[in-house]
Amino acid sequence: MLEIKNLQVKLEDEDKQILKGVDLTIGAGEVHAIMGPNGSGKSTLSYVLSGKDGYEVTGGTATLDGEDLLDMDPEERAALGLFLAFQYPVEIPGVGNMTFLRTAVNAQRKARGEEEISAAEFLKVIREKAKTLKIDAEMLKRPVNVGFSGGEKKRNEILQMAMLEPKMCILDETDSGLDVDAMKLVSDGVNALRSEGRSFLVITHYQRLLDHIKPDVVHIMANGRIIKTGGPDLALEVEQNGYADLLEEHA
Amino acid sequence: MGAPAEKQTATEARIAALDLPKGADWATGLRKDALARLTTMGLPARRDEYWKYTRPDTLTQSDPVPATAFITDETPVFDAIERVKIVFRDGVFDANASDDLTLAGVTLERLSDVTQTDIHWAKDLYGSLESQGQTPVERPLAALNTAFANDGIVIRVTGKASQAVNLIYHHESETSDAILHHVVKVEEGAELTLLENGPAAARFNKVLEVDIADKASFHHVRTQGRDHDRRAATHIFARLGTESTFKSFTMTANGVMTRNECVIELTGDNAFAHVAGAALGDGDFHHDDTVFITHDAVNCESRQVFKKVLRNGATGVFQGKILVKDGAQKTDGYQISQSLLLDDDSQFLAKPELEIYADDVACSHGSTSGAIDEDALFYLRSRGVPEGPATDLLTLSFLAEAVDEIDDPVLAAEIGARLESWLERRRS
Repeated sequence: MLEIKNLQVKLEDEDKQILKGVDLTIGAGEVHAIMGPNGSGKSTLSYVLSGKDGYEVTGGTATLDGEDLLDMDPEERAALGLFLAFQYPVEIPGVGNMTFLRTAVNAQRKARGEEEISAAEFLKVIREKAKTLKIDAEMLKRPVNVGFSGGEKKRNEILQMAMLEPKMCILDETDSGLDVDAMKLVSDGVNALRSEGRSFLVITHYQRLLDHIKPDVVHIMANGRIIKTGGPDLALEVEQNGYADLLEEHA
Repeated sequence: MGAPAEKQTATEARIAALDLPKGADWATGLRKDALARLTTMGLPARRDEYWKYTRPDTLTQSDPVPATAFITDETPVFDAIERVKIVFRDGVFDANASDDLTLAGVTLERLSDVTQTDIHWAKDLYGSLESQGQTPVERPLAALNTAFANDGIVIRVTGKASQAVNLIYHHESETSDAILHHVVKVEEGAELTLLENGPAAARFNKVLEVDIADKASFHHVRTQGRDHDRRAATHIFARLGTESTFKSFTMTANGVMTRNECVIELTGDNAFAHVAGAALGDGDFHHDDTVFITHDAVNCESRQVFKKVLRNGATGVFQGKILVKDGAQKTDGYQISQSLLLDDDSQFLAKPELEIYADDVACSHGSTSGAIDEDALFYLRSRGVPEGPATDLLTLSFLAEAVDEIDDPVLAAEIGARLESWLERRRS
């Protein structure tokens, strides 16, 4: 599914290397977690994969189902099936949540040469999916993320994910700013989407999200590299001992 | 004391090119008064404080700069709205193209007809709000209009109008120089929606005087046509009585020169005045909104919401003032003017002003100029929306606060669709 080889990335505006050779392979249906201290390059990885401006790839490759991601515009990556759930979802005043989602769904369909979804069909599907995420009709009508609480914003991200049906989902610190109940709701939403053909990369600081979204593989990232890979136990180890030991071990 | 010699010469030259409409009717005296006002003030010149950002020369010179009419097979705006159509062709009323001037609760008459009658309600209004609106800021082009307007419509509203009145301005002649003056009187408790659309002429000078009595309401939505070469100087003068409502929205797409002035006086308590505009300019485009709202009563609310989208060297101007007179307590005044600059060549010049003489008021103003938000753009693109449509969506998002000022959802949707198609056409 997702294959990252020796990915090296620096900031476009300054001479600062952020990723120093990341290797990561995620197979179909797998859930991988990346943990790591602040500034380790976790969010940069998610931005570079989804195509945000401001980064320069200085080496390595990243492919999704064999297609070179790094050469594509963000919208092309999305149409190919890549989805990033943002750490800080953006507010867009004046654009209704529903309008936005329908535009996105249809843009992706169009890019893939598929027929657009009808208004009636779209409404049916979104109502169903919104219900399970406890997103009411009012929230669907409101402008995108405007006046949403932290929890509502994250639920809205998961709703978008559910509607767009991507094959590779990256969750960038989806647990940040969530209380226990909201985290459960969001995790349930993610778990409902787990399937054989869909993979996840869950980026988080803390182990607690991984109690809800159980990963197959856990990676520890530090200083622009993945320094350790293991099973779910690795996350528990970090929770107990912090990153210091691992960093020392690696140094 | 008159205007400086240079101004006087220019003003005299302009006046010499015009004829005062003939007839010994009641309007003649009012026109002469307006002419006297104009002569004293002189036409606007570059050095005048309120013309610093907009060159007045093409609006004041004797002959208009020729402008080709814009031809489109697009369905005219407001076609889906129930309304009485009143058509002007290059500034002249076209009876054949217009509907019958009948509407329950509303009297519609042609200005040139009513000036022939001895006694008419419009006698007390024609030029009166314009004249009052000359202080503290002079508006010579409006005085010129009152003096020389040869056509227009006078509307008296006594009930709740069941349909909107739509003034449609066709521009056909390359050299037309239209001067129209409309007078609207909305009587106590009455309601009217006035729609205006079209470029009107190569050069258009229009005054709309609106007197809104107690508990009456006036809704106004206009689009100024898509002609690139046309020039326009328009004025709205409105007086609001107790518990009355005035709402005006203007959409301007294209136009080499537009100056829209709006002068509002809140004279009765608990009145409510909202003025809004969405302007879209690409290339040779200059658009100026100059607004002056005076609060002279207690507990009134005013809002000014002006948004401009500018690209390829287009220029936007906003001069907005809120004056709160002594005693106008509990005033709620809000003003926002913003531009979205789609490239580095475009510019936005804003002069927000507050002048407050009451001590218990809430007034705020803000003005910003910025580009498309890169984070928002990336957010939309990461969801699969390509850059062009994503930019359009964010542009519409930027304009939304102004469009939201239109109360009627059908009209708001119509305007929204026009804005969207303008953006779509410009997407390469």
